[in-house]
Amino acid sequence: MRDKIGVLDLQGGVQEHLTHLEALGLEPVRVKKATDLDNLAGLILPGGESTCLARLITIFELRTPIIHAFSSGMKIWGTCAGAILIAKTIKNETPHLALMDITVDRNAFGPQVNSFQETALLPEIAPTPLTLTFIRAPQITHTGTHVNVLHTTNGTITAAESAECLATSFHPELSGSTAFHRYFAKKCGLVVSSSVSEVPLTAWTQKTKISK
Amino acid sequence: MWLEKNNKTMENSRYTLNAQLAQMLKGGVIMDVTNAEQAKIAEEAGAVAVMALERVPADIRLEGGVARMSDPEMIIEIQKAVSIPVMAKARIGHFVEAQVLEALKVDYIDESEVLTPADEENHIDKSKFSVPFVCGARNLGEAARRISEGAAMIRTKGEAGTGDVVEAVRHMRTMNRDIRVLCALDEEEVVPFCKNNGIPQDIAQKVRELKRLPVVNFAAGGIATPADAALMMQLGCDGVFVGSGIFKSGDPKKRARAIVKAVAHFNDPEMILEASKGLGEAMVGIGISTMKEEDKLAGRGW
Repeated sequence: MRDKIGVLDLQGGVQEHLTHLEALGLEPVRVKKATDLDNLAGLILPGGESTCLARLITIFELRTPIIHAFSSGMKIWGTCAGAILIAKTIKNETPHLALMDITVDRNAFGPQVNSFQETALLPEIAPTPLTLTFIRAPQITHTGTHVNVLHTTNGTITAAESAECLATSFHPELSGSTAFHRYFAKKCGLVVSSSVSEVPLTAWTQKTKISK
Repeated sequence: MWLEKNNKTMENSRYTLNAQLAQMLKGGVIMDVTNAEQAKIAEEAGAVAVMALERVPADIRLEGGVARMSDPEMIIEIQKAVSIPVMAKARIGHFVEAQVLEALKVDYIDESEVLTPADEENHIDKSKFSVPFVCGARNLGEAARRISEGAAMIRTKGEAGTGDVVEAVRHMRTMNRDIRVLCALDEEEVVPFCKNNGIPQDIAQKVRELKRLPVVNFAAGGIATPADAALMMQLGCDGVFVGSGIFKSGDPKKRARAIVKAVAHFNDPEMILEASKGLGEAMVGIGISTMKEEDKLAGRGW
């Protein structure tokens, strides 16, 4: 049964996503191998270094399994670097997983000096304003016909969704709000019983049990 | 935000954003490289960033002399060669080297004990810069002082250029133990603990609230094998720096890839086993116990 959400756990802001999902009572799965994708309702591609993440997906032979799982119904959400990984077109770069009909421009807001925070109301996601954190963020410069724009920042698209995908230029996992994770869980067809709306931003080391 | 009151010129959000940028490096391997070709090998192997420097620590030890910031041209070559972040080292306290590196638009500056210190009392006031800094530390006090000065990322020092992981383990265990002790103290015991360990009060309160350092903490100094890297990850670091361990080994390409594998799968002994096979010669290394105290780099920094 497809009742779990996975987080690609190769590099980047993995624990932050896991913490948000756990707060919503959704036992998330760490995805390190192809078999971890079995029966996932949804997969989050976290923020990290997109070049590095793309390399690791190739090195660990996860590209084809992710594409397969996606075509058999698994929903995907890419945050920041994750959004770059799922884009069908990337400015001046070969696309990676090419799952969503958007064009992205890497680091389009500029270098780290231009990273910023924005507080904005996204009516589809939450009734109250959310803190959006942009870190060397990509811009979505074009969306395909079946892609809805969820948010624009100073005129550029920074959140979009299709029936199968969600892409955010910013990092909802760096704020305490669980609104985006709740939204994605619903998109994956999962029932979220927890009413938790804020998580403390404490845990981030990836200490896990040693596998057998 | 929490550093607001200590920051003189840097707006608090800049610091938070820099710490969050470093947060995105978690689970990654940062490799020392000395030219564009090595940088490409590192990127290809799955490194999350490269550290551009003229001589790896093992060679600095061998050749001696004053170790300084690298030639900017060599850093520019490396910046051109890769799309992953490029870090570079400035001497402890040498704020002009840091200014030069910031002007060069490196992604991070490492105020590093591997280079010869330029100031034996003071570190760089990192809050004056917009570029994020990473600094070495052996314990919580040292880490907290660097964070107070504006470091957005900490790495345990270990003993660079030795290929002996013992100091990296000591520093990571010390850091974790210090944090556990601080978090277990009664409120009235915090001030004396901070006094004895040279920990700024506001940083101590933040550590007690988060039960960890407020910035990411990578392991560094002496990591030479996939098992070394996974050991540090299991001890609770957020990622790993590998200095001389890769390009001083028999087969850098293979070893770089193997260390990346071992870090991504640090809690899976089967994967570490696979990664450890047939890597050729590891760097020769120097046993810490045979070294003279004055030859150790970790003591630099205050």
